[in-house]
Amino acid sequence: MGDYAVLKGAAYTLAAAQDMVLRSGTTQTTEQTVNPDSEYLKELPGHLRSFEEITGYIPNQVYIGNLESQVLRELELPWCEKKAEKAERRGKFGEILEQDQFLGLIQICDAFDLVKLEKSFAAETKKKLEAHPLIGAEKASVLDKNEDDGEAIRKLVEEEHAEGLYHQGELVGAVKRAHDVDTNLSAHVMLENLVTKASSVLSLLNLLAVTGEEAAEIEYVIDCCEEACGDMNQRGGGNFAKAAAEVAGLTGATGSDMRGFCAGPAHALLAAASLVRAGTFKKVVVTAGGCTAKLGMNGKDHVKKGLPILEDVIAGFAVLITENDGESPVIRNDVTGRHMVGTGSSPQAVIGSLVTAPLDQAGLKITDVDRYAPELQNPDITKPAGAGDVPEANYKMIAALGVKRGDLERTAIADFVEKHGMMGWAPTQGHIPSGVPYLGFAREEIMSGKVQRAMIIGKGSLFLGRMTNLFDGVSFLLEKNQGKSGEEEGALDESRVRSLIGEAMREFAQGLLEK
Amino acid sequence: MDLENQRRVKEFAEQYGKENLIVLLGASEGEAAGLAAETVTLGDPTYAGPLAGVSLGLEVYHICEPEMKAEIDEAVYEEQISMMEMVLDVEDIVKEMTAIRSQL
Repeated sequence: MGDYAVLKGAAYTLAAAQDMVLRSGTTQTTEQTVNPDSEYLKELPGHLRSFEEITGYIPNQVYIGNLESQVLRELELPWCEKKAEKAERRGKFGEILEQDQFLGLIQICDAFDLVKLEKSFAAETKKKLEAHPLIGAEKASVLDKNEDDGEAIRKLVEEEHAEGLYHQGELVGAVKRAHDVDTNLSAHVMLENLVTKASSVLSLLNLLAVTGEEAAEIEYVIDCCEEACGDMNQRGGGNFAKAAAEVAGLTGATGSDMRGFCAGPAHALLAAASLVRAGTFKKVVVTAGGCTAKLGMNGKDHVKKGLPILEDVIAGFAVLITENDGESPVIRNDVTGRHMVGTGSSPQAVIGSLVTAPLDQAGLKITDVDRYAPELQNPDITKPAGAGDVPEANYKMIAALGVKRGDLERTAIADFVEKHGMMGWAPTQGHIPSGVPYLGFAREEIMSGKVQRAMIIGKGSLFLGRMTNLFDGVSFLLEKNQGKSGEEEGALDESRVRSLIGEAMREFAQGLLEK
Repeated sequence: MDLENQRRVKEFAEQYGKENLIVLLGASEGEAAGLAAETVTLGDPTYAGPLAGVSLGLEVYHICEPEMKAEIDEAVYEEQISMMEMVLDVEDIVKEMTAIRSQL
């Protein structure tokens, strides 16, 4: 077995989608069906944020890497009442894209001529996309094909079953259905899937910029979002990964889709690290776009409490995993937690399988991991909706399990949460918050020596698909790179020694039992 | 409480009779536990689900309340619940649950 695979870089993107909140978020579309005259629907437009407000929102600045996550610890909730001092649309890990440009990018990602944009909107948007440093004139020229006026677009929506595309309340385009009877190719599904694809593409383009990697060098792409593309004969046939790779210019790549609800990214990262370590591929990207359905998911609570609609962006991320470069953090794919079919569903069993089981494999204590990255949902979004502070709850559970194991004192729980935890900053789009938002910071913190070891934890609620009541999750460790093999003789780190001793002890004990 | 769970609770109440049901909650916060308790007693406060305007008046407890703890085998409670008992604000949950039950 070769060296561990390494975390070469991570990119994070947000696309403003205020009009999609109203038109595509399921909380709103459900309300339009069951209670079309509701006060909520009347009040909602007054709670939508401007692009400047979205950009100035501190958790969004953290997401794209302009602010360190630690700033959130000193910031009192509600965060939506505060504004980042130096709000930028581009950051060291990615960018925040305006809604009109995102609609243009959706058309760039459309391979079947399903997206129509109103011609003057298209012309204006094209100019902006031409000036975008990662999109540019060649891709933006796709928008030249638009010849429809507003009336033609309106007809498509009203008479041809197309889904409208809106910007600042105006109808500016439409996504046509891709088949007249196949519901899996309906305009609604096509819009949902094109949004996912476009946000994945945006993250891939940013990943290439962040890492300086040659697009053609990427050999394999794994998409781990929560959508499915296919037709009526194969609803989840795929393949978002290859479709997005094509637009991003990854000419040397193939790929596939991997799913596991919110745990999908952690599964995909483990698979990527294993493919690289096995020597199957040298450079693998894990990517995911965001989801229209979850826009404004907790909107009713936010509006009721006089807050802005905070779920107004389509998020995405992309992560590059490569062969050992001798410096990037290594992915310990031999120290993994997994929630098994037989694990059970009590929180105790879940945290035990994901946190303490892998630590036991490596002979480590709960306090030996400097930073845990579970679901990093933004509490500014979840707390007003009665869902609590998700990361904090996870940290408390990990600490409580540590108390039960004797790794720390009960009085040390609060201290553990502060030292080993983080405040969440990720949009609530299922797979997006699931450990992954920390990878960009993790790489920096591990390389600078601030953090020696971090654990990424992905958890998923499989019951939502009604195929099983089981819970799911996987976890793995990231560690400081000890150099390439051959360079590290005599430099075994403490955890490796502990792991070897642990292994030897287990074999010895097993031997005694067998006698 | 999500709409599917409301439907199931309503169906069970019709199938087995209200007096034969106890609803056991595992919500992680007092407010969420209180809302779920209100839904199965007084009716869905959000008026969105099958229990909107339906007052089932079911007996309802949170798993961390002392009445429930006393009913459960100590070893099982230790294995399944004790960690969460350490994490949750049990006092707040008990307060919310008691407030809802006192309205019955």
